[in-house]
Amino acid sequence: MDAATWGLIIATFVACFVEMVEATTIVMAMGYTRSWKSALIGTLAALGALAVVTVFAGYALATWLPESALQLAIGGLLLIFGLQWLRKAILRSSGRKAVHDEAAIYKEEVAAAKAAGQSTGSIDMFSFMVSFKGVFLEGMEVVFIVITFGLNADNIPGASAGALAAVVIVLIIAIALRRPLSMINENLLKYGVGLLLASFGTYWAVEGIGIFQSGRESLDWPGHDLAIIGLLLAWLVLSRIFVAVLKTPAAPVAPANVPVEVKK
Amino acid sequence: MKFLKSFGQFWYDFIIGDDWKIAVAVVLALVALFAVMKADVLGDAALTVLGGAGIVVAFAISLAIDVRPKRR
Repeated sequence: MDAATWGLIIATFVACFVEMVEATTIVMAMGYTRSWKSALIGTLAALGALAVVTVFAGYALATWLPESALQLAIGGLLLIFGLQWLRKAILRSSGRKAVHDEAAIYKEEVAAAKAAGQSTGSIDMFSFMVSFKGVFLEGMEVVFIVITFGLNADNIPGASAGALAAVVIVLIIAIALRRPLSMINENLLKYGVGLLLASFGTYWAVEGIGIFQSGRESLDWPGHDLAIIGLLLAWLVLSRIFVAVLKTPAAPVAPANVPVEVKK
Repeated sequence: MKFLKSFGQFWYDFIIGDDWKIAVAVVLALVALFAVMKADVLGDAALTVLGGAGIVVAFAISLAIDVRPKRR
């Protein structure tokens, strides 16, 4: 396997891992508090819907768009998406934004589950809908990443393998631990994903501008795929400069007072 | 209906997110690259490097605006 394929698998693996951790927190809260059966049915329904979306969106994009247009449109979206993650990671690393905390999110979901009225049917609709929504919306980001990476790198199986490996590993950890995966440094992972998405997004979006040339050919980066490593370094250096400049002076803050984000 | 609203919110969060300036910065950088390409003065290698640098600089400017000290 070449470096580009490894980069593809690692990027989809880490991105999917982060999203899976978030979805697992929601499903666990519903399962332990209300109904495992309804939470798992909601999860399966969401995974089925995601599979349908992946097949249709992937087929439609690959069939109807020329390569350079695909690179520009999808690379541009991937770039914007990646830079949003990178911005959050910079702000979190520099102490300007609350840290994402799965344990706090779990408590919030449990409180919402307890506050909701009891269901009378065989399926607890509250557990079903919350699990479905959580898995579907978190999964949409993964689907987008798998499709964009897969189509642009012309390697859907590689991108899918990275995502699938993440799903399996998160499930194994969750089943083994039987509690929210708050020990995983999600913020660091998101920083890494932000860097990867920004690098691949820049590479493809710039290549795709070639659609407006007379031959509609993609622009050629010097060094081809190796240019992605240069871009990765550029984004890493820029982000570290921002973190260093923005970092608030180290103050003795008690761990209990560290701001956490409970927004999903 | 509630689910459709969440789905719409997802795409809004996806593209605009917490800071709309990032999307604007990326679009402006790509438009600038398009203009330079149309001027037909640079080859592919120079265009791609210029485009990449333009996106990095545009993001840096948008983030600098975002975190600038606010006047009270």
